[in-house]
Amino acid sequence: MVGKNLSLTQSGVRDWLIQRITAVILALYLTFIVVFLALHSPLTYTAWSAFFGITAVRIFTCLALLSVVYHTWVGMWTIFTDYLKCPVSRTFFQVATILALLSNLVWGILIIIGR
Amino acid sequence: MEVNSAATETHTSSDEFVNKQLKLSIYRYNPEFDKAPYMQDYEIDTVELHGVMLLDVLEALKVHDPSLTFRRSCSEGVCGSDGMNINGQNGLACITSYLDLESRKIVLRPLPGLPVIRDLVVDMSQFYKQYEKAQPYLQNNEPTPEKERLQTIEERKKLDGLYECILCACCTTSCPSFWWNPDLFLGPAALLWAYRFVVDSRDTEKKERLAQLEDPFSLFRCRGIMNCVSVCPKKLNPTKAIGHLRKEVLAKGL
Repeated sequence: MVGKNLSLTQSGVRDWLIQRITAVILALYLTFIVVFLALHSPLTYTAWSAFFGITAVRIFTCLALLSVVYHTWVGMWTIFTDYLKCPVSRTFFQVATILALLSNLVWGILIIIGR
Repeated sequence: MEVNSAATETHTSSDEFVNKQLKLSIYRYNPEFDKAPYMQDYEIDTVELHGVMLLDVLEALKVHDPSLTFRRSCSEGVCGSDGMNINGQNGLACITSYLDLESRKIVLRPLPGLPVIRDLVVDMSQFYKQYEKAQPYLQNNEPTPEKERLQTIEERKKLDGLYECILCACCTTSCPSFWWNPDLFLGPAALLWAYRFVVDSRDTEKKERLAQLEDPFSLFRCRGIMNCVSVCPKKLNPTKAIGHLRKEVLAKGL
């Protein structure tokens, strides 16, 4: 039997809300980046670097990265608990996904802060 | 509810049906004799039928092949007994006309996602377990009035489109979320009933009812694909009821 283990918040309503809030953040961030790219075509390294030098852009990017982690996890957890019935394989894929998402988050933040 | 069955024989040849006016392929499985399910072809002359509905076709086939098993009762879309998968879509045999089916061969299978007892008859225990979880009865902890609990016209109107469910299971067994987690996700029919009592002005247990739906599966496993709406023979909208339930749970949480 599938349990609530590894669910993001153990609550359907909170997971549902988080998935929608993060979707809005990602939609706004995507629009933001597309507009920037459209306005700075052809893109130069200087413009790109200056853009990500702005603190607000960095914060927004970190927020978007965090949203990717939360949004992906809720979605992947739903898929895993739907389709993977073997507890061993389900746990393996869930742990692998968590590690991949957290690695990407840390890597992304390191890039943004310029280290 | 009646189960048509004949225990005496399992396989009756359909070779005797020589007139090729109506062709059918029907899921057959008798666990007592068959190692695995199989599809059996039938042909029947429409002259033999007493009506144009698929249930009339099944009844006529049963005259020739008494081992063919299916549920039926009212034959007019009220009891919900003869839910089955008709050409890939769930529906009631008694209100589906073979004249409306465009395919050259009608394919009948049992409702998906539930264990097959025999041929087109499924074990609906899991469906009823989930229905039970919805507590489909009025709960009121206020003193019993002398006569009755009155509702305004507006309050009563809120029950329209909810109370008409006949529990045929066409919606729930067409829902992938129910297929994958039949023990955890309540399914569209049970959730429609849950909302029917949540929205009832005479029920005082709304808070408790909503609290039972907060987990990640019971209600929130619905992905809104609306299969339930497409197949409901009573033209009800379980997805809409689920949406209302989500809003109620959200409002309670906030």
